[in-house]
Amino acid sequence: MTANSLTITQARDALRRGDLSAVDLTMACLVAMDAGDGLNAFVHKTPEIALQQARAADARIAGGDVPSMCGIPLGIKDLFCTRGVPAQAGSNILRGFRPEYDSTVTARLFAAGAVMLGKLNMDEFAMGSSTETSCYGPAVNPWKVDSRQLSPGGSSGGSAAAVAADLCLAATGTDTGGSIRQPAAFTGIVGIKPTYGRVSRWGIVAYASSLDQAGPMTKTVRDAAIMLQAMAGHDPKDSTSADLPVPDFEAALTGDIRSRRIGIPREYRMDGMPDEIEALWVRGTAMLRDAGAEIVDISLPHTKYALPAYYVIAPAEASSNLARYDGVRYGHRAALAPGDGITEMYEKTRAEGFGSEVQRRVMIGTYVLSAGFYDAYYNRARRVRTLIKRDFETVFAEGIDAILTPATPSSAFGLGEIGSADPVQMYLNDVFTVTVNLAGLPGIAVPVGLDRQGLPLGLQLIGRPWAEGDLLNHAYVLERAAGFVAKAEKWW
Amino acid sequence: MSIDIDTARKVARLARIRVTEADLPALAGQLSGILGFMVQLNEVDVSGVAPMTSVTPMRLPRRPDVVTDGGMAAAVLANAPDAREGFFAVPKVVE
Repeated sequence: MTANSLTITQARDALRRGDLSAVDLTMACLVAMDAGDGLNAFVHKTPEIALQQARAADARIAGGDVPSMCGIPLGIKDLFCTRGVPAQAGSNILRGFRPEYDSTVTARLFAAGAVMLGKLNMDEFAMGSSTETSCYGPAVNPWKVDSRQLSPGGSSGGSAAAVAADLCLAATGTDTGGSIRQPAAFTGIVGIKPTYGRVSRWGIVAYASSLDQAGPMTKTVRDAAIMLQAMAGHDPKDSTSADLPVPDFEAALTGDIRSRRIGIPREYRMDGMPDEIEALWVRGTAMLRDAGAEIVDISLPHTKYALPAYYVIAPAEASSNLARYDGVRYGHRAALAPGDGITEMYEKTRAEGFGSEVQRRVMIGTYVLSAGFYDAYYNRARRVRTLIKRDFETVFAEGIDAILTPATPSSAFGLGEIGSADPVQMYLNDVFTVTVNLAGLPGIAVPVGLDRQGLPLGLQLIGRPWAEGDLLNHAYVLERAAGFVAKAEKWW
Repeated sequence: MSIDIDTARKVARLARIRVTEADLPALAGQLSGILGFMVQLNEVDVSGVAPMTSVTPMRLPRRPDVVTDGGMAAAVLANAPDAREGFFAVPKVVE
């Protein structure tokens, strides 16, 4: 076993004991990263920055100052701005953009001593569930069962592939409708979307601001607790950042969930759901019951309206957020013909710079916000969102501590298999995760088993707002009971 | 509710995305398909329900109205496709 396959927890302990140096650990990851080019996970590599940060981490460790993330090599989703390093959000419209500043999340991770190996592939502007809308071409799932190349999911597919293939110890992700949890489930890793407002959005390229939230993608639940600790906290530069204390998430992992009440929502039992997903859900329920939790059947009656509401609200916000890409301040500007004015510059720049899925969502958003349709679509969707949140508030008020659901409606699908003719087919991937974003709640995907083909399947736990510690503890119990240790066999 | 070619042309223009006439029928079809998916929302009784404005009940933070940042024109312009003499440059807007 080489150092790149360590967990954050194992690496932290080895660094503290002096059994491993941050430079050696980083070198092992850089070698794995270069050997992993077939996965198309890393799209901008930063080995010089990584080694400089690793040397600084070693100096810090020698001085006895060892925060948990000190010396830990990470991959950073391309959506995060890091000073002087390309940040394209997977889009041609941001080609050549090098931010002059660091996002709050990466600044916090670097202040804690973390090491950046490079930027990770993703769907363009985080719009997608397969990484196939990326301007860099799709990332590839390290899991493989036949001749097909599988999608690692999306939008944080590069992050998921890199962590699952041990190219880095962990990665940042972002989740607007399931973009951390679905790729985590497709690759057999852990991914948590925190409560809306727990992690600052400042310096992260915006998709749908009322839904976007960053979180860690890791090999274990304990690693997720450690990394979320370093990412979370109040930030005056994000007006929706919560001014609340951040509890010690790792200390919350007691493994004791006796007498906790776990809700099983009947509306998540979808028509046409594969038997294997259903069976996995039943097994996960039994694991929590065996750990002493009380299992309660619950109802979240507006669940089926979450996807259509999301596909009004998210494009509406995106059409506004993406108005800034106009060829004036950063990124691509189209070559202009003689006589072209500023409108032609905008229209040509955006037609050349945005891929087809982003163009579709910007236009859908423009339509649902346009005069005459604003009430019928946008306001109606926001009213439905209120009802979806109320569903969760009702069951939490009745004493439910956490909710167990499938994470995805299937295991990983092959590249090019879904949605090429009908974009809505791809949207259905978010069916179990999108409610959580609409309600602003924390949700975590935990790998629980393999399907008949040998591909990972995950379950999702949904927690009360601001109760990430409690949620992580439930996930920790599920992780231990499931004992998922399978890894993708190296073919790349 | 379906989107015809004229509506697709209008939406593309409002979104400032150039779409050729040849591509408009396919675009209209795709947008109609997505809107068809949203029609389910009409089944929900939303009478008396307020549209959500903030997922977490919170008062937006306030601060004194003073300058807190600035004086970095070079950094602001560093990524511009065309910057001249301390300004962003664009095609002529006023005749």
